[in-house]
Amino acid sequence: MLDKNGIAKRIAKEIKDGYYVNLGIGIPTLVANYIPDGVNVVLQSENGLLGMGPFPLEGDEDPDLINAGKQTITTLPGSAIFDSAMSFGMIRAQKIDLTILGAMEVSENGDIANWKIPGKMVKGMGGAMDLVASAKNIIVAMQHVNKAGESKLLPTCTLPLTGVRCIKKIVTELAVLDVLPEGGFKLLERAPGVSVAEIREATAGKLYADDDVPEMVID
Amino acid sequence: MINKVVANADEAIADIMDGKTLMLGGFGLCGIPENCIAALVKKGTRNLTCISNNAGVDDFGIGLMLKQHQVKKMISSYVGENAEFERQLLSGELEVELIPQGTLATRCLAAGYGMPAIFTPAGVGTEVAEGKEVRNFDGKDYLMEYAFDADFAIVKAWKGDTTGNLIFRSTSRNFNPIMAMAGKITIAEVEELVEVGELDPDHIHTPGVYVHRIFQGKDYEKRIEQRTVRKRD
Repeated sequence: MLDKNGIAKRIAKEIKDGYYVNLGIGIPTLVANYIPDGVNVVLQSENGLLGMGPFPLEGDEDPDLINAGKQTITTLPGSAIFDSAMSFGMIRAQKIDLTILGAMEVSENGDIANWKIPGKMVKGMGGAMDLVASAKNIIVAMQHVNKAGESKLLPTCTLPLTGVRCIKKIVTELAVLDVLPEGGFKLLERAPGVSVAEIREATAGKLYADDDVPEMVID
Repeated sequence: MINKVVANADEAIADIMDGKTLMLGGFGLCGIPENCIAALVKKGTRNLTCISNNAGVDDFGIGLMLKQHQVKKMISSYVGENAEFERQLLSGELEVELIPQGTLATRCLAAGYGMPAIFTPAGVGTEVAEGKEVRNFDGKDYLMEYAFDADFAIVKAWKGDTTGNLIFRSTSRNFNPIMAMAGKITIAEVEELVEVGELDPDHIHTPGVYVHRIFQGKDYEKRIEQRTVRKRD
């Protein structure tokens, strides 16, 4: 079973040289720490920055320079700043190659829910609906089961949707899965030490698995 | 040149009456019009509809107006850092319309560009789409979203000149230039107000035609919401 950093490490392997990438809040943010040497990527922060750098050194933080998680950050040589309309313009126009975001639930037809728990959590969708509606390539980083042990990979989402039929790839603490165009989760890789039976047990939606599913290579 | 300068925030917001619709620039606490928010809190204007990406935190930004129950309705994309907001929302004291961030931005843009509506795929198939016209272009569904209609836009810029030209700094730009374009009356507070001719025309982000009032702001706190740093060796 992977921890959060393990999930981030595995996702980082999906990033290709030359990509412009939007990282969501939570596990996706950790992916930036594991981008392999020699792979040149530009990180977009949807509050209006391309070329997001690391956190500033102590004392160098600038209140005018934050990321979409409101954290103080830095720019890099080649960075560009723009307004919020242009930021979502480049997302809508599919100039961003890859979006990585978290989810509370994903359904077997690729629907995602990650913004609202009725009566409990009313934080809002931020940029998530724009990202999932427009991105050509989305990877979801999520926990396979919730704290009560219930599957979050479902036949249909129970929470209010963020987007419909938009998710194609999921990385969890247990597995890497594709969402098939005709519906259903296809098991591609197992986390180290996790069996197909355990993944099947943790997946409420339809799961397709070959007899021999390879174990992830993450280092 | 036309002179747009007013003395201070109190004068800039003096004619904002109860029940008006305001746009407020900023992302989180970054680039928010601190002086005008303080003046609105002091004036006690009520029943306001506020269009702003976020709602501040409990004791800063729009959170200060929420605490005084000055806001009737918030139109935002993310309000997660404000416990008082969440309390007022769940108790029904506050009306809220949550809309996707790109939709929020582009509805500002449409207003500033004189376009009545835009089409966006954000929210198709979700509760955001309820009651909205859906149009299909090249096999993909889009929602029709209307340009905002705001009585006042209140923005914060880094530098501005007396005729209202604005330059923003770093990611405090965010919603400020597009809201500046979208208000019927636009008020800009700036960290540094300069004479005409001192800003390079090639470097202007918001042309003064969009700005009706400008003033030299003061005492900026520029609070940081999430201070994240690397240790020095």
